[in-house]
Amino acid sequence: MTTLTRHLWYNRSGVSRILMSLCLVAMTALVTRMAIGQDLVVDLTKNVVQVTTGFTGSDVMLYGHKTGPGDIVVVIRGPLQQIVVRRKKHIAGIWVNGDNMTFDAVPNYYAVASNKPLDDVITSYERDTYQVGSGNVEFEPLDINAPINEIKFFREALIRSKSRQGLYAIAENDLIFLSEDMFRTEFRFPANVATGTFSIDVLLVRDGLVENVKTKLLNVRKFGIEAAVYDLAHRQAWIYGALAILIAALAGWLANAAFRRA
Amino acid sequence: MQIYLPIAEISVNIFLILGMGGGVGFLSGLFGVGGGFLMTPLLIFIGIPPAVAVATEANQIVASSVSGVLAHWRRGNVDFRMGAVLLAGGVVGSTFGVWLFTWLRELGQVDLVIKLSYVVFLGIIGVLMLLESGRAMMKRKNAKPVNEKSHHTWMHGLPLKMRFRKSRLYISALLPFTIGVVVGILAAIMGVGGGFIMVPAMIYLLGMPTSVVVGTSLFQIIFVTANVTMLQAVTNQTVDVVLAMLLLLGGVIGAQIGVRVGVKLHGEQLRGLLALMVIGVSLILTFDLVIEPSDLYSIGPANHSEGH
Repeated sequence: MTTLTRHLWYNRSGVSRILMSLCLVAMTALVTRMAIGQDLVVDLTKNVVQVTTGFTGSDVMLYGHKTGPGDIVVVIRGPLQQIVVRRKKHIAGIWVNGDNMTFDAVPNYYAVASNKPLDDVITSYERDTYQVGSGNVEFEPLDINAPINEIKFFREALIRSKSRQGLYAIAENDLIFLSEDMFRTEFRFPANVATGTFSIDVLLVRDGLVENVKTKLLNVRKFGIEAAVYDLAHRQAWIYGALAILIAALAGWLANAAFRRA
Repeated sequence: MQIYLPIAEISVNIFLILGMGGGVGFLSGLFGVGGGFLMTPLLIFIGIPPAVAVATEANQIVASSVSGVLAHWRRGNVDFRMGAVLLAGGVVGSTFGVWLFTWLRELGQVDLVIKLSYVVFLGIIGVLMLLESGRAMMKRKNAKPVNEKSHHTWMHGLPLKMRFRKSRLYISALLPFTIGVVVGILAAIMGVGGGFIMVPAMIYLLGMPTSVVVGTSLFQIIFVTANVTMLQAVTNQTVDVVLAMLLLLGGVIGAQIGVRVGVKLHGEQLRGLLALMVIGVSLILTFDLVIEPSDLYSIGPANHSEGH
């Protein structure tokens, strides 16, 4: 090993730090050039999140540039699903699912990031318009005649449950300004996130009002074996079932043959 | 090391799954039971959706019963004629069971029914087994001769009598058929092979000789769990082959160790231990149903049938 490579080897963290700073400088230069004539420019480090065999969740970084004063609020909403919320009741000494309410177009994933506490940044009217904060996520029950009180209970329960699963996250102060105009923030997509398209709204807020909005799309998709198995199971269910049985039967036979000799 | 399960859609620790497969495989080798009744609750406990746990466990049992039946077949301990009648009932029962499962899933009560079936069946079987093995241990101490009882009951008046040479029985085919139906339903709903119900039923209700009971029940279980696997794959898309393969790998090795340990222990002691374990699982699940949950509300994907 030459002295130089050895030096680099032992200072790996130092090297990566230098590389990272170089990247950031390059990024800043690029974004600044793109930003000329616009007051808000944003981009993601990746547009596709791949769900592969080793998938344990993924971090996606968003960075951008703004011109002039103002704060930044980012809202991410994942694929929309129908969700049923069930309430347990006590019957004959055991807890049984009783009443339920189905909500339509519920985001599977929802996250907010901002550079300051939301209350200091944006008016409640604007929060409602742009769905900022889990209380403002828009989804309605299928049964529009359900009592208002009940809707409230079931709605809150849904948000509570989603937060517990790490799928609804509010991160005030998690958006960092690198300079007066450059910002970045990181989002965590947990392993249990749904696949599909996610929309990312970046709001430029001045005096509590939204001045500009930029929207980016992000795709979470299964790849490789994961995608193949899932597709087969859903599109060719008979073949999938037959293969599952065949593999199991073969494995059983192999196990028997292997241990008979041992 | 984490692995993402394509159908369960969660990330699990690969060594945890292998370990569970090994542990349950050890116990099933030790006691000569399928182990589905332990594995399915364990899978649900670590966060696998219950519908996926039940369907995937059925798939795994196909493998373990193929492996088991080959060993018994070589010793001539499989009554294929009896197995075929049990199987006919099993196909009817498990088809109905998967249909019932899908219906309960739409109602939102499938978790409750799975847990209740476990509590009731494991509770009853566990207590019966404990009493039985206690009595057997007492008998061994007193060294009294065991008298073979042959009783004539209403069961012998049923029509469609068939001769089962290997089991040395001449009984109505309706009896094993009915047992097959009941076990088939349980296989579909509980994600078990049903050996823990079928084996006592074959010994005490049909009066089959103990030597052919396990082989014959394993023979029937292969086809019933294969039927459940296919129907779950087609109706609910809940069979996770990656999970099944991992469980299988651990299970095969565990079972072989279990068998080797098992031969060193007394039959009655083994059955007593198994009874305690069965009662234990039943109690844990009872506890789960009786204790007030920390959040009364739970969420799940809406079924399309509720949508219109």
